[in-house]
Amino acid sequence: MVATPLPRTRRRRAAEVAFRVATYVALVLVLGPAAWILIGVIARAVPHWQWSVLTTTGTGTTGGLRAEILGTLILMAGVLIIAGSIGVFAGIHLAELARPRRSGKESGGFLRTASDVLSGFPSIVLGYVGYVALVVGLHWGFSLLPALIILSIMVIPYIAKSTESALRQVPTGYREGAEALGMSTGYSLRKVVLKSAFPGIVTGLLLALAIACGETAPLIYTAGFSTKVPLSLTHAQFPYLTYPIFTFYNQPSQEAHNLAFDAALILVVIVLVLLVSSRVIVYRTERFAEARK
Amino acid sequence: MAVVLPLAALVFALTVLAVKAWPAIIVNGWGFLTGSTWNVGSSYGATVSTHGVAHPMGSSYGAWPLILGTIQTSAIAVVLALPVSIGGAFALTERMPRWISRPLGFAVELLAGFPSVIIGLWGILTLGPFLAQHVYPPIADHMPDVPVLRYFRNPVGHGEGLLTAGIVLALMIVPIITATTRDLFGQVPPLPKEGATALGMTDWEVARRVSLRWVRSGIIGATVLGLGRALGETIAVFMITGSIIRVAPNIYSPMSTIAATILGQLDGAQTDGTGFAVATLAELGLVLAVISVGVNLGARAIVTRTGRLGGPVGRG
Repeated sequence: MVATPLPRTRRRRAAEVAFRVATYVALVLVLGPAAWILIGVIARAVPHWQWSVLTTTGTGTTGGLRAEILGTLILMAGVLIIAGSIGVFAGIHLAELARPRRSGKESGGFLRTASDVLSGFPSIVLGYVGYVALVVGLHWGFSLLPALIILSIMVIPYIAKSTESALRQVPTGYREGAEALGMSTGYSLRKVVLKSAFPGIVTGLLLALAIACGETAPLIYTAGFSTKVPLSLTHAQFPYLTYPIFTFYNQPSQEAHNLAFDAALILVVIVLVLLVSSRVIVYRTERFAEARK
Repeated sequence: MAVVLPLAALVFALTVLAVKAWPAIIVNGWGFLTGSTWNVGSSYGATVSTHGVAHPMGSSYGAWPLILGTIQTSAIAVVLALPVSIGGAFALTERMPRWISRPLGFAVELLAGFPSVIIGLWGILTLGPFLAQHVYPPIADHMPDVPVLRYFRNPVGHGEGLLTAGIVLALMIVPIITATTRDLFGQVPPLPKEGATALGMTDWEVARRVSLRWVRSGIIGATVLGLGRALGETIAVFMITGSIIRVAPNIYSPMSTIAATILGQLDGAQTDGTGFAVATLAELGLVLAVISVGVNLGARAIVTRTGRLGGPVGRG
């Protein structure tokens, strides 16, 4: 983008220069902290990094993070199964089955609003509801199942929304072509529409997983914390990576600090992998779409 | 079936909170919203009964400092984040070629997906001490002792408190507003902008009179959504505010918010044998839920339909 020439009068010239400088300063203020955080975590974790952290089971504030890593991966897998299936079906319903009514208004508007409101609902309040209703109310205790349910409820709106918008971007021609070939609605949805919306849906799932693995507040109220991975869904506290970050940093021992930053680094790597792969999918799909034109 | 789940979850959550909070609502009354004492009462002393609800002797709850703290931190966050986000979005869309702006835009989205516990960790160990040593003292030393500005005077403390929490929250909502605003700027049709340039307007004048006018409602919507995030943010705020339940005497001092208090008071609440403390936390959660849902619906009323999928936003 070519900048327009500077104006002649002094006041307009000053305003223009100030504006151009301010936009760059703002950009630095947007990006600077991100770099600072990333470098800060790496700089504090790498000097004392030992690979054994990944494989050693922790005892209190010493040892390794094996159980926490495993716990977070199990939570992510569970969220992928529960929230993934429900969220994708909800998105399909909103995009495909909530047909425009004769009045011109789209049906499903109320449900869509509810989904959006839920996506902005404070996570700590959801966690508290999980504590009151599931941990205490159903006597499940701090454990995996209430944590999975609350995390899933948190990310279902994201998955539903990304699925819906991926389906809406499928060109109308595809549907019309499928109909012209005599396919039933369900068959064309499965074989044509969902197939071309697939990258968008996967992107949404990856982003939802990135949110889920970074959550702390609702888990403290539902999963509790443990240093070993239990084999039961209920009545056994469950480990996850964000807990040591949240609690170990203000412990007195240096080893606890190190573990907090180790956990932070591992979490950053997981989140970066998820976000970068979602971006790669978007990029490749876009390039493919442009090449097809 | 699946599609009604968000609505069902929302109704379920609000119902559970309301039922659980009912005893606390009856006993605490309207004073809960305006009072400033937070006293869980004596867990050893006698249990007393008010309006048929048992609670520990001497327990008294007023959430005004928390409600105010939530509004203060979120307001600081929005005031700081809005100009930075709009400026950054403008630099991304209008001031650089696509091959630079695309990776930078991705970096912005990355920041939005960063776990809030890591931002909190960085805020309390790195940013807070840095601000307290190098940024706050010069400001605090030179503020005159007049109304409003008096709030910025010493002591600056150690970097745990209202202003640091507001700045960290600003960091967390900047990516939301920047990413949305960038997309909105991209949707401004080129003809009005080119027309304005042809009439001799500078870039600043085009931005102010054409682009910003065009996307104003979208920016308001994105800001209110960011505000919703700030209101409900828990972990980072808990780590950085210092978690003291009081109205902050100056802008640097430790205080707390609704969300951080719900997180911090759980252990204590469980020791209240009458269950009244848990009920009061439910009432606190209900207050936050009402504020958050209200802000969200308000944003929806302003922006009838942007249809954009927001980036991933950590909330814990």
